[in-house]
Amino acid sequence: MISTMAPNVRGVDAPGRRTVYSMCGMCSVRCPIEVTVEDGRVAWLQGNPHDKALSASLCAKGSAGMAFEYDDERPHTPLIRKGPRGGGQWRRASWDEALDYIADKLRETIEAFGKRGIALSDRGGHFTDLTRTFVQALGSPNYFNHDASCGGNLHNAVRSLFGVGHARRIFDLKNTKHLVLCGRNIVESIQVKEAKAFMAAMASGMRVTYIDPRASLTACKATRYWQIRPNSEYALYLAIIHEVLKREAYDKAFVARYVSGMNTLREAVEDTTPEWQAGHTGIPADQIRAFVEEIAPDPPRVIFHPGWMTARHKQSFYTSRSAMILNVLMGNFEVPGGGILGKAPEYYGRKGLKRLIDRVLKVEEPRVDGAGTERPQWDPEIGMLHQLFAALETGKPYGIGAYFAYRHDPLTAMPDPEAIQRALDKLKLLVSIDVRYSETGWFSDVILPEATYLERANILCQLSGPVPVFCMRDQAIAPRFDSRPAWWIFREILRRMGNKEALDFETIEELWNYQLEGTGVTVAEMREAGIVSLADAAKLTPRDELKIPTLSGKIEIESEVLKKAGLPSVAPYEPKATLTGDRFYLLFGRPATLAHGQSLNNPMLNELAPKQELWIHPDRATPLGIADGDEVEINGGGRYTGCIKAKVTPWIHPEAVFMLHGYGATVPLAKRACGLGVADQRLQHGKLYEFDPAGGGCAMTETIVQIKRRVTGGTQQ
Amino acid sequence: MSKYILRHDEPNCIGCQACEAHCKANKDLGPGPTPCKIVTLGPFDVGGRPRIRFVFMPCFHCEEPWCVKACPTGAMQRREEDGIVFVQSSLCIGCKSCMAACPWGTPQWDPATRKVVKCDFCMDRLHAGLQPACVTKCVTGCLSFGVATEAPDPRRERYARQLLAESPGAAKEVL
Repeated sequence: MISTMAPNVRGVDAPGRRTVYSMCGMCSVRCPIEVTVEDGRVAWLQGNPHDKALSASLCAKGSAGMAFEYDDERPHTPLIRKGPRGGGQWRRASWDEALDYIADKLRETIEAFGKRGIALSDRGGHFTDLTRTFVQALGSPNYFNHDASCGGNLHNAVRSLFGVGHARRIFDLKNTKHLVLCGRNIVESIQVKEAKAFMAAMASGMRVTYIDPRASLTACKATRYWQIRPNSEYALYLAIIHEVLKREAYDKAFVARYVSGMNTLREAVEDTTPEWQAGHTGIPADQIRAFVEEIAPDPPRVIFHPGWMTARHKQSFYTSRSAMILNVLMGNFEVPGGGILGKAPEYYGRKGLKRLIDRVLKVEEPRVDGAGTERPQWDPEIGMLHQLFAALETGKPYGIGAYFAYRHDPLTAMPDPEAIQRALDKLKLLVSIDVRYSETGWFSDVILPEATYLERANILCQLSGPVPVFCMRDQAIAPRFDSRPAWWIFREILRRMGNKEALDFETIEELWNYQLEGTGVTVAEMREAGIVSLADAAKLTPRDELKIPTLSGKIEIESEVLKKAGLPSVAPYEPKATLTGDRFYLLFGRPATLAHGQSLNNPMLNELAPKQELWIHPDRATPLGIADGDEVEINGGGRYTGCIKAKVTPWIHPEAVFMLHGYGATVPLAKRACGLGVADQRLQHGKLYEFDPAGGGCAMTETIVQIKRRVTGGTQQ
Repeated sequence: MSKYILRHDEPNCIGCQACEAHCKANKDLGPGPTPCKIVTLGPFDVGGRPRIRFVFMPCFHCEEPWCVKACPTGAMQRREEDGIVFVQSSLCIGCKSCMAACPWGTPQWDPATRKVVKCDFCMDRLHAGLQPACVTKCVTGCLSFGVATEAPDPRRERYARQLLAESPGAAKEVL
């Protein structure tokens, strides 16, 4: 067999009609799906009904998977750059040639910087056992997920309280009485199962307080909406904690048993009264009191959602942390209507998937971003990607020569792509492994086309919900072009680097059999339903038997890890500058039809997606001569100026403007998306190295933009 | 009217446009035609709170469809047995008379086939004993379909559930 042949699963080309259970790949939520294949072509996609919480439901992006699959505007073969980086000149290469090229450059990198000079980033989630194994097998500690521009602040906040990262905490919305959403636009930034549960709970009388400078669709569904000043949520939470403690409206038995540092908390919120916060957030003090009075009879069935995308400002870590402290005060742990802790298979007397990473030696070298060493407050399991770019610029603490962006597009996802490009240009090797032409791919030295989620199988994944499950992404159809699955790509690179043991599998079935060893589950069973539960029903841990995996065994409001980092456990609120005239905080978000930058070139989603508009408050628009529908120019301090239509509406805070993210792409081969709209990340000028020191996440919504009405030649009155 | 009802339970809708995508995917439609459409209006100020309206626009399957009367070739038809109004593509000459005639803008132009396409409650799926695509894969379940006399109405039950959920604390409206 030629080693670089596509490793299709058996029978993928079989004629007739087949049902394949798999996982969606249209965003990083990765819902379980059922694929109907007719004569080797995808005929129908729907949610996997074996997942009862999902059933057949799918979002618009999920259904647009067929439009994605049968669109030709994606890389067809490996490509090697010819001209300067970003110049768009490529030559087609065979897999052998491209992989040999990569191996040569990796050897050069190792010679210059050592093995630690290799890095990789992905979007986290279900399949990171593969990417971590790859990086570790190469001898580097520098695996990153995308959390520097997503949930890193939340992840590290949870870690500082509970000793473990953002464990899969499932909020039992069905039985919740009151849900507080801040930094979580649940019906637009959509996860299908969560949106379903949310609407079902609302129909059963759950009350929802929604906090956002902009009235999103979630605000329009909520029972209470607070139009908060941008970036001031931490002040609001400090006041709510103040009021909850003052009224003693918290679960005293739970707190007495499991929580340390209550005195620190009491001291920190002594003066953070509802009146105090009103000056910062704009929310009247009496509304805070009324809210606390309203929820007072409801604990533990009150949930404070700690956010999802939390790379917003320099106190986002403390915002998420204070939301989690409120959950602790509500005592909403392991109770119906509260947060249910994710369980490992062992909890139910089962065995989990055998990990690939255990096949390779642990790397003792410190990480380039200092996570877990100089920065103990950052989880070394996820890293902070902006510090990889900082190291590229400075060569400190050590040099990096090769970087793999696996299905990850930092040039769209992170602030100031020009600054990122300057850093990336220092690399000896930049590889993009992707199913589409991303901005980062276009700047790369090599593009390796991964087979699409319908054309490939992945390693199995294990999800630790209230009931842990194994989930499978199986191959539904043969690749339409010369593309390969990730497990194969990484295996081939490792083989060329003389490290074949880590991923020494000939077929995906062989790999799956390794993972399933000792679990009592077979590949055939996995294929039967796509998802296998490891218990019949969820079992809650009795409340007097909870184990908190911190060193002290307590939920640490007074945090050891923060102390070690020289950071306060409950930081004082840092007031935000008031913006006037033509200056605004730039906020961004997404609609249910788009997943960041990856959807707009999809023929169907490109059509369904809303027009990008700039939300601006009439009190601020009128003095600037801006009327609804006017074209305005927007600038973030750099060379890039965007032109966008104004949506003048009172449903955005006067100090902020809002636009959808994912627009303004520049890759000419992705014709539908190229040049469409304004790229908010390019307006985040100078923000690449602005981050929350405690959580590590980028401070994206601290971006200040200037707005003016666009004057078109000669037509101005 | 047709014997079926395609019900849109607006309070349970999140305007995610998944129905539009499910419909287009089932009919294998490229850019252009959207046989069902969620029209989003708002936010509006309702008692100080932002509220949004989602209007679901599939086909109403009229008793006396103007599109059928306008069609010169007999491509646009109303099925007697259940009242479904559909277009038989092989007879459509792309004259667009139905598009002009329909008061609701239901018939859609498909530039790929240069013919008209419209909501037919996914007759292909109904024949196979399935529900229309938009209903089958709806995210929240706000769309439901069935024979009008048999399809459950979610509103009564929801009202009852919400009444029950109102605790003394929750009843104190703040805004």
